[in-house]
Amino acid sequence: MSESHAVEDALQHSEERFAEQGAEHSAEEVRKHVRTYLFIFGTLLVLTVVTVAVSYLHLPIVPALIVALLIAFFKGGLVARHFMHLVGEKPLIFQFLILTVVFVVFMFILFIWALLDQQGVRYGT
Amino acid sequence: MTNTEHDVSGHAHHELSFIRKWIFSTDHKVIGIQYGLTALLFLLFGFGLMLLMRWQLAYPGDPVPLIGWLFSDEQMPGGVMLPEFYNQLGAMHGTIMVFLGVVPLAVGAFGNYIVPLQIGAPDMAFPKLNMASYWAYFLGGVVMLASFLVPAGAAKAGWTSYPPLADIETMGQTMWLFGMVFLITSSLLGAINFLTTIIQLRTEGMTYMRMPFFTWVQFVTAFLLLLAFPPLEAASVLQLFDRLVGTSFFLPSGLVVSGEVLDVSGGGSPLLWQHLFWFLAHPEVYVLILPAMGIVGEIIANNTRKPLWGYKLMIYSIIFLGFMSFIVWAHHMFITGMGTALSAFFQITTMIISVPSVVLLSGLFLSLWGSSLRFTTPMLFALAFLPMFGIGGLTGLPLGLAPTDIPLHDTMYIIGHFHYLVAPGTILALFGGIYYWFPKVTGRRMNDVLGKIHFWGTFIFMNGIFMPMFIQGLAGVSRRLYDGGATYEFASNVIHYNEFMSISAWLLAVAQLPFIFNFFWSIWKGKETNENPWEATTLEWTATPTPPIPHGNFATTPIVYRDPYEYSVPGEETDFLPQNQP
Amino acid sequence: MEIPYTVQPRPDTGVTNSKVGIWLFLASEIMLFGGLFSAYVFLRLGAPEWPGSMAGHDYTSASEILSVPLAALNTVILIASSMTIVMAWASLMLKNFSRYKMYMGITIALSFGFLLVKGFEYASKFEHGLFPSESTFLGIYFVLTGIHAVHVIGGIVVNSYFLGPGSKMWKTNPQQFTNRIEIAGLYWHFVDIVWIFLFPTIYLL
Repeated sequence: MSESHAVEDALQHSEERFAEQGAEHSAEEVRKHVRTYLFIFGTLLVLTVVTVAVSYLHLPIVPALIVALLIAFFKGGLVARHFMHLVGEKPLIFQFLILTVVFVVFMFILFIWALLDQQGVRYGT
Repeated sequence: MTNTEHDVSGHAHHELSFIRKWIFSTDHKVIGIQYGLTALLFLLFGFGLMLLMRWQLAYPGDPVPLIGWLFSDEQMPGGVMLPEFYNQLGAMHGTIMVFLGVVPLAVGAFGNYIVPLQIGAPDMAFPKLNMASYWAYFLGGVVMLASFLVPAGAAKAGWTSYPPLADIETMGQTMWLFGMVFLITSSLLGAINFLTTIIQLRTEGMTYMRMPFFTWVQFVTAFLLLLAFPPLEAASVLQLFDRLVGTSFFLPSGLVVSGEVLDVSGGGSPLLWQHLFWFLAHPEVYVLILPAMGIVGEIIANNTRKPLWGYKLMIYSIIFLGFMSFIVWAHHMFITGMGTALSAFFQITTMIISVPSVVLLSGLFLSLWGSSLRFTTPMLFALAFLPMFGIGGLTGLPLGLAPTDIPLHDTMYIIGHFHYLVAPGTILALFGGIYYWFPKVTGRRMNDVLGKIHFWGTFIFMNGIFMPMFIQGLAGVSRRLYDGGATYEFASNVIHYNEFMSISAWLLAVAQLPFIFNFFWSIWKGKETNENPWEATTLEWTATPTPPIPHGNFATTPIVYRDPYEYSVPGEETDFLPQNQP
Repeated sequence: MEIPYTVQPRPDTGVTNSKVGIWLFLASEIMLFGGLFSAYVFLRLGAPEWPGSMAGHDYTSASEILSVPLAALNTVILIASSMTIVMAWASLMLKNFSRYKMYMGITIALSFGFLLVKGFEYASKFEHGLFPSESTFLGIYFVLTGIHAVHVIGGIVVNSYFLGPGSKMWKTNPQQFTNRIEIAGLYWHFVDIVWIFLFPTIYLL
């Protein structure tokens, strides 16, 4: 009995290892993913409706900007996280993305600062 | 898309046709050679443009002797250079030297050829993409050259293409922008390829901290190219729209040209271009200088027979330098009316970035300490690089501080400053690299006597050109004067240097003749060598035959056991231990 | 010569070459659109009024010039195509090639639908004399959406290749083909994300 157990164990292990080697998932897992994709798709549609609906409220520019960007970041985040499966992605990919985002943020902040400065809005002088 | 590599293996075993072997090759070594030869030709061409300009600066209004008749009446009627043509030469000299000469040679040629060999990879990660980036570069070069032939000639708005001038320029500027789009695409594809190769294809045992200095430098350089170039691509598209569709992204309202208000919607900002341009062009400065440092590092370690001093510290410095280079760009814009807080930010970051540069230079200098130098030809170039880079770097400090930058901005001083970094700096290092790796590529060494003649001529005459520029610049001579300052009272005390600089420039051209001869002669007639003539430690010398095997590089995949520069290890038989020696 | 890690991931990084490549490419794309968006912010903050006057009319909000319903429709189309391409990949994971073909076909059809709506939008602008040269607002609108549309066209080319001639690889090397579809999908999702940001910033704010 113990022998057959051992064989089963070994088989299971090798299967797992095969699944890992491909860095992919079993059929059951994929089906679970598919359900997630459908759910995300629904959420994105709802959020699109929300974005448009909020715009008809004609909020002042600053709150409108904040709401619109929050929703956009949330939607973009959902696509990146699930469709691009960043959830569970390897650290290497995150390192690229963090580096890039840091530079983009620097670019935005410095561009806006430079523009305000050009318009005579000067802090600390 | 990036996943284009497959099915290359099938071709390795039978003879390839000439076209597949030398023109549309996917072998990184052939592509490296293609890049190298094309870039050297562009360097020569860009240098030629400058030789013409130097005639006009030394003898304003005199007809150009010997070759003046070759040019059309729109360029040089009766051999006398027109101001419009002078401006074309200036703008295209800068563009060609930076984007078509130095970067393709330093990254495209040396990087392509050496990096996969140094990390033990069979090729680049995406060989077809590699071929595509060479051809994009080639097309960009063709577009740039063709722009001399369109009506009213090539771009005249300087290599920086500042609007509004560039927006209302003649057709040459449109060609410049299309050429840039090709060159940017080429650089981006190349950068993706380099990064993937270095991350994924390092052989067994080749950890990051065992990578040769040159490979590290290429790694950081590729990141700079990848992330800094796209904003310029965006800016180029915006400028193309301004020129072709009539938008006003860079044109302010109420702009008056030749006494008439321009018929555009207005509302744009010329400064926007400067921000987007320098967001690229400052990191680009480090793209120009870092590969040169990498080459010098390799040559110095090899010829001092010692490990590089502070290898890890230098690596960290390079990473820090690369990071900081993204947030210093507005020190090119101090005279745009910046407030003190913003300019303080950029002055501080600029002073911070000089720290890793000094660490790098000091590390290279300290590597010389207590060693018995081999004064080979490549070593002469590497040694000369150090003080030249030092002069270029130190003269940059006053330009990084707003109070001293304001009087020096756009004078000959700044031309002297960055040419010290790029010409006696980078180009000397690139020559050193050619002498150093030539035996690996061809199996033959270049002639040493001719090499030394080439070195001394180049070294002396380069200084003859650029040193007086500091004097002229401090006297206030502008960098963009068609007559070299002849009409300006304040320039009268320093104007006579123009002749001296021009003669130095022409002698510099003469000093290249031994190199050109040596280069071609040595390909066929040079002294044959074994695979490791310099007794080096890194894989490109120790694990491959000379020249390396086409499509695959290594007979057996090397395994790395050691740090990159194990020279003169006490108690060993030889004074060098190859990285792949157990 | 065989280049390692084209199909199987490298053990210490855990990813294949093409995955590293595509993410690096996307990083550069983030910088490209980052540059364009910061240009947009720079121009907008510098403008006395936004969108301002054009073709003889004064406008106080972007939605008076641009069609929000059409853009919202396009958002839905792109999100749907993002969903179908990830389903195409999942079908390959489940070894269901015919369903892959169906989903990939739908993805491409939706991409064409997006371009059709976009073309319709552009045409109605031109009809009313709203050309890019009319104002900075229209200029940046056409540049941003135009560059995005070029990315859509690029996606169509790649996806069509993988639906047509490129799909032969499924028979010879199914794992690499699955990887390729994943890579194509990553690019396509990025195009979707860009639109998710473009839509509110240009049409709604």
